[in-house]
Amino acid sequence: MEATTVISNKDKFIALNESKSSVLKNSWANEIEAAIAAFTTFELPTTRHEEWKYTRTTRLANENWKWSESLENSGLSNTIIEDLNAARIVFINGNLSLADSSFNNAIGCTISVNENIAASDIAQINVAPATNVFEAFQRTNTSAAISIRVEKNTAAETPLHIVHLITDNESISTPAIFIHLGTGATLEVTESFHGNENTKGLTIRGLYAHVGTNARLEYNKIQAEKDEQFHISLDNVRVENDGYSNFNTLTIDGGWVRNDLRIDLNGQNIEAHLSGFYLPRNKQLVDNHTKVDHMYPHCMSNELYKGILFDQSTGVFNGKVYVRKDAQKTNAYQTNSNILASDDATMNTKPELEIYADDVKCSHGTTTGQLDEQAMFYLRARGMSPDSARKLLTTAFINDVLNKVENKIVRQHVIDALVQKGLLYI
Amino acid sequence: MLEIKNLHARVEEKEILRGLNFEVKPGEVHAIMGPNGSGKSTLASVLAGKEEYEITGGEVSFKGKDLLAMSAEERAREGLFLAFQYPVEIPGVSNINFLKAALSEVREHRGLPQLTAKEFLALVNEKSKLVELDGQLTNRSVNEGFSGGEKKRNEVFQMAMLDPTLAILDETDSGLDIDALRIVANGVNAMRSPERSFVVITHYQRLLDFIVPDYVHVLYKGRIVKSGTKELALELEERGYDWIKEEVEAANA
Ligand SMILES: Nc1ncnc2c1ncn2[C@@H]1O[C@H](COP(=O)(O)OP(=O)(O)OP(=O)(O)O)[C@@H](O)[C@H]1O
Ligand SMILES: [Mg+2]
Repeated sequence: MEATTVISNKDKFIALNESKSSVLKNSWANEIEAAIAAFTTFELPTTRHEEWKYTRTTRLANENWKWSESLENSGLSNTIIEDLNAARIVFINGNLSLADSSFNNAIGCTISVNENIAASDIAQINVAPATNVFEAFQRTNTSAAISIRVEKNTAAETPLHIVHLITDNESISTPAIFIHLGTGATLEVTESFHGNENTKGLTIRGLYAHVGTNARLEYNKIQAEKDEQFHISLDNVRVENDGYSNFNTLTIDGGWVRNDLRIDLNGQNIEAHLSGFYLPRNKQLVDNHTKVDHMYPHCMSNELYKGILFDQSTGVFNGKVYVRKDAQKTNAYQTNSNILASDDATMNTKPELEIYADDVKCSHGTTTGQLDEQAMFYLRARGMSPDSARKLLTTAFINDVLNKVENKIVRQHVIDALVQKGLLYI
Repeated sequence: MLEIKNLHARVEEKEILRGLNFEVKPGEVHAIMGPNGSGKSTLASVLAGKEEYEITGGEVSFKGKDLLAMSAEERAREGLFLAFQYPVEIPGVSNINFLKAALSEVREHRGLPQLTAKEFLALVNEKSKLVELDGQLTNRSVNEGFSGGEKKRNEVFQMAMLDPTLAILDETDSGLDIDALRIVANGVNAMRSPERSFVVITHYQRLLDFIVPDYVHVLYKGRIVKSGTKELALELEERGYDWIKEEVEAANA
């Protein structure tokens, strides 16, 4: 029998890797060197890989991605959050579009971009080494970057809105965001991802946030890409003593979405919230992998993810919570609830708690069920159409996640987007 | 108003309604009594359009239209209302938002103009007073954490809001204390009119002291086996159902 040549799925990424260099090649040199080495050792994950058991990368690997320099901004006006009066930082096809951005007026924070980002700013964030091929790839090829710094005891008054838009077909975007909050600093960021119709795109976005002592970070990530778009978020948040982090992952739309959120509780007395909803339709896939690491005593983490799966969509939730030996008096809560709104939808959910301390309060619960038929009938018996009844119940189901978004304007914006998609009732 | 002829219905292979005949004319109040498990709530659910019950025979007309051909929501919009024996709790859905949505769809169907926010709140105020439902409850999630009595009052409140032409009250009296019973009954009586009919399912004569029925029926093994006037309820209270069961068995023998 003749031997067949197996072309590694990774080949296309190797080619992409060779044709690009990072905008941070000077300011992040050490890490890039490490990431280049890591990139050669990691394979593209398959479903045999524990972390990718339900999420196939085949389709993503088979596309012909290209680096794009296009700053074509059609559709950008749809990304504005009315009344937020935010400083806007706009990435188009992975490139920073200064012409579309307006952040010079941002009060209380310092924003630097691309080659102007100081090596010391990045070093202060203390990014952990890359653990998979996508992380290594993003770091090696950072297509554009911003650094946001809020200094000691400063409140960044202007909310930030980071916008990503895909307009160039088959483009790949690998931007990075660095955030440093000094002692007692506060910051609110909304980041939203968009893409135009019939435009294939792949985004691998790295977020590296450092929440200093007694600092507060509010982070709302809104994913509203199209069926043709692939998305990998690499979200890393490290919190110090007395810090607070509230991280919301709101997946409204997108063909193939993977969120890797890692929160390191690197001190005592930290409060961390991580919440999200996902409402995949058609053949969409939404995969949330979260990792919460309790390293020291007296911290609290509260995780709440909810999903409603329509049509032939797939959902994945994997929530890891580590409570290390020294992390006594930890309170760690995790909930993942799902509704299968179709017989053809699938949800794979797995909580993974590893607890090595003995004096802790930890709980986790996952449920996957159908829309409550009794409630549906009750609402219909009062004259509501099945469609409005379903939407009313959907709204009720994800309401507690929506309420995690503290900024009412952002929350209303998300609700409006859901209503527009015919997913919610108001 | 409502005409049921030889109705057969089953659930999970089990025949529950077995040739039921029943007629309600405009303005009438009918009481249906009968032993546990005889099929009273099944009848109510079938009339309201619950899909898990399979209709295996018979016909039902409501205001001259084929009721069985309508969806649950169409029946409600046409003016049929069921006060549930066990109202469902719906966490996260506010009573008021839900009623606003329901009423809007109902009014649209009936060709009535939509209410302004102000008119709607005025109506809520008026109708919640009718059953002395605490204003707080109207703002809470549908039935969530309501006491048994509060749930029943909430049903009657919704009935008043939706202004039906035929209301079926399934054991709306159970779980009510004596004062609440009077309040709920007064609410129902206030809605009695020559155009509106009621079917009151109950186990207790005492409700019928407040809501005086024109007719009383006994449902047993999926059929109306005896009909009479309000005196029948008194007799049942005194004698129980055994004599009726015997009559039925004798007739079948
Ligand atoms: N969904 C269902 N699945 C299986 N059996 C059912 C279902 N609904 C009703 N039944 C059965 O049908 C019979 C009639 O029930 P139904 O609730 O109509 O009685 P009822 O007359 O209202 O009784 P009660 O006075 O206790 O309220 C009972 O034996 C009940 O167990
Ligand atoms: Mg019953």
